[in-house]
Amino acid sequence: MATSTPLLASSALGQAASTLLGVIEAIGGFIAILLIVFFIAGRVTGRLQKPLAILITLGPALLLVVIGLVIPAIETINLSFKNQQFLGQLDTKYVGFKNYTYAFGDSYTQHTILRTLLWLLIVPALSVGVGLLASLLMDRMTHTGLPKTLIFLPTAISFVGAAVIWSYVYNYVDPRNPQTGLLSEVAIKLGWHNPPNWLITAPLNTFLEMVIMIWIQAGFAMVVLGAALKSIPDEVIESARLDGAEGFKLFRTIQIPMIRNTLIVVITTVMITTLKVFDIVFTINNGNFSTDVLARQMYADMFVTSQVSRGAALAVIIFVCVIPIMYFNIRQLRSEREIR
Amino acid sequence: MKNHKRLLGIAASGAALATVAACSSGSGGGGSTATNIPTLTGDCAKYQAYAGYSGKTVTLFGSILSPESDSLNSSWADFSKCTGITIQYSGSNTFESDLPVKVNGGNAPDLAIIPQPGLLQQMVQTGAVKKPPAQTVKNEDNWSAAWKSYGSVNGTFYAAPMSANMKTLVWYSPKFFQDHGYTVPTTWADLMSLSAKMAKDMTGTSKPWCGGIGSGTASGWPATDWLEEIVLSSQGGQVYDDWISHKVKFSDPQIQQAMQTVQGWMLNPAWVNGGYGGVKTIATTTFQNAGLPILKNQCGMLQQASFYEAQWPKGTKVGPDGDVFAFYLPPVSSSVTTPVEGGGEFVTAFADDGATQAVQNYLSSPEWADSRIKVAPGWVSANEKVDQSLYTDPIDKLSAKYLADPNATFRFDASDAMPAAVGSGAEWKAMVDWFGSGKSIKDVAAEIDAAWPTS
Repeated sequence: MATSTPLLASSALGQAASTLLGVIEAIGGFIAILLIVFFIAGRVTGRLQKPLAILITLGPALLLVVIGLVIPAIETINLSFKNQQFLGQLDTKYVGFKNYTYAFGDSYTQHTILRTLLWLLIVPALSVGVGLLASLLMDRMTHTGLPKTLIFLPTAISFVGAAVIWSYVYNYVDPRNPQTGLLSEVAIKLGWHNPPNWLITAPLNTFLEMVIMIWIQAGFAMVVLGAALKSIPDEVIESARLDGAEGFKLFRTIQIPMIRNTLIVVITTVMITTLKVFDIVFTINNGNFSTDVLARQMYADMFVTSQVSRGAALAVIIFVCVIPIMYFNIRQLRSEREIR
Repeated sequence: MKNHKRLLGIAASGAALATVAACSSGSGGGGSTATNIPTLTGDCAKYQAYAGYSGKTVTLFGSILSPESDSLNSSWADFSKCTGITIQYSGSNTFESDLPVKVNGGNAPDLAIIPQPGLLQQMVQTGAVKKPPAQTVKNEDNWSAAWKSYGSVNGTFYAAPMSANMKTLVWYSPKFFQDHGYTVPTTWADLMSLSAKMAKDMTGTSKPWCGGIGSGTASGWPATDWLEEIVLSSQGGQVYDDWISHKVKFSDPQIQQAMQTVQGWMLNPAWVNGGYGGVKTIATTTFQNAGLPILKNQCGMLQQASFYEAQWPKGTKVGPDGDVFAFYLPPVSSSVTTPVEGGGEFVTAFADDGATQAVQNYLSSPEWADSRIKVAPGWVSANEKVDQSLYTDPIDKLSAKYLADPNATFRFDASDAMPAAVGSGAEWKAMVDWFGSGKSIKDVAAEIDAAWPTS
């Protein structure tokens, strides 16, 4: 043991050194290539200049998109029509839409899809609702530093970290024993002597998991919407007030329409994040106790339970669902830019 | 790095071609490798069979993490020093999903320590697994026929068994038993009457049994063990084997009967979940924490494998006169002779160069197993040729006694041998539903049967 330890340490050190050297080599090579390309491009004049400039500026991005997105997407779509069960399986064949009919026909997956839709409806609405309320309340306040920071802080926490924090809050201990979960303790103190085991009680557990997502996303919504509210010219608000618009009426008829585009962008952004929700569900319950969502089931199919093609079909379903929201999101961003 | 490897591969295949040419021409000069083998002397002489690959590195990938992986590294330190072969072990807690990704991406390790026969089958079907060298196959007498069959796919032997663990154990507190006049049961009927007696004696959240099946992505597996032990010890080895191959379905009366037995045992509201609360808390308690109430006399017994020894807090004395110890779970039916359920690992090769095969041969030898046993307790070999007197730990001794028993009905963990879609998917989920959501036995069985892969 005593002799083997320094041996191992030195080999690990040597390995680290050679890896570092490799990294430096690669970066150096990359910079050298860039310099050469720019040098040549700088000397080219005349007819070739414009196409070359397009190629050099667009080329790398295009290449990365093709390697990182387009090819895997095509590969996944291809996979979703096969009967592949595990990675590297040799004799696979095409089975048409079988994986898709399974996804929509299997009662477990049906529930997963419905649950994901529920996430999609509730989380963006409540995140934006809470964010909007917070930004409205703080719009004319003077000392907003602390409350804003408190609401925005969760945005900086990773989903996994947030899920771990909340799993302590939701932790269940038999009421006869000392409590460790905040929620149970509060419930018991308020007179609910036998609170449920929060995380295994469906459908309550799904909503408790949504709370985590809303907690994270509300801060983002608050900041963006707050900025949009601030950008409404004071004259507009003042003249509306002179015309008799106050409180909710002012909010509904003046402020909301003025920030409509930002509102839609925020909603769609939160929607896309929600559709891909994986970390929270995975960390809290691993999709057990009726909390599964599409992204988690897809992961399990692909990497845990050897149902690669079924997982691929779920990935394609998520992809197809994201496209219209994405399209709407980009169109709104564009129209907003045109107004400015 | 990659180019380097490819070059090596070309060189190796070139050498192989040269050897073939030399043999066919009948020149009789011998392979170039034969002349280069150095003679190892002194303490190193016993490693002579593995010599000739000095300076080579063999990568080994497994699910074993520190501190147990440190014991592995120490166990082959002498081998490395003498032969000059560096064994580079890396462990991952997501091994089961990482290995297929690595193999599929052309980045396979030279050797992998696979804990599931089902995953081994999958890997063999990708065509990436190399057949073991002659010496490893020759070591076959080291394992029982059952162990060898779990390292084989379609009758071809691929992977040598490495460690073994004993699952048919019940953890208990000898002190607690003594204080209350309980005796260790030797028949199923005794176990049941002891449980009933304990339930009467205990109050509050204290119960005769405790359990926990929470385990991250693998949540549910401890419950599959409970069911497997009952199936094996009530229905026998043949039904158990047919159950793995789905000739006997979960909905079959024999399996249904076993599930009823589990229902009356680990889902019995009067008997579980000691220290934690109702039956449903089994689903949310982690398997690591499951047995801790035994130390506080809040739980009488925990059915869990030999490797649970590592979960007891530091300072807990394990032994017949200590804080905790284990007894052999008595069989449900007396017609099954000493049913033993176990798990273990299999050394699988994805490369067939000389250095890799030397390591493969060494790991399949009783000498290596002896060396590993000497490093640290908490490890039992599947190898029957190991020196049984080397085991110092009482649990290791107990496990080794049953694992090496030639008359025992030994079977490997069924869920690890079933297709992954069931064994690490539907069955785990169904167990969680059974314990956590109160699903009926019939629905649980139907849910698992429906997930069985068709092709």
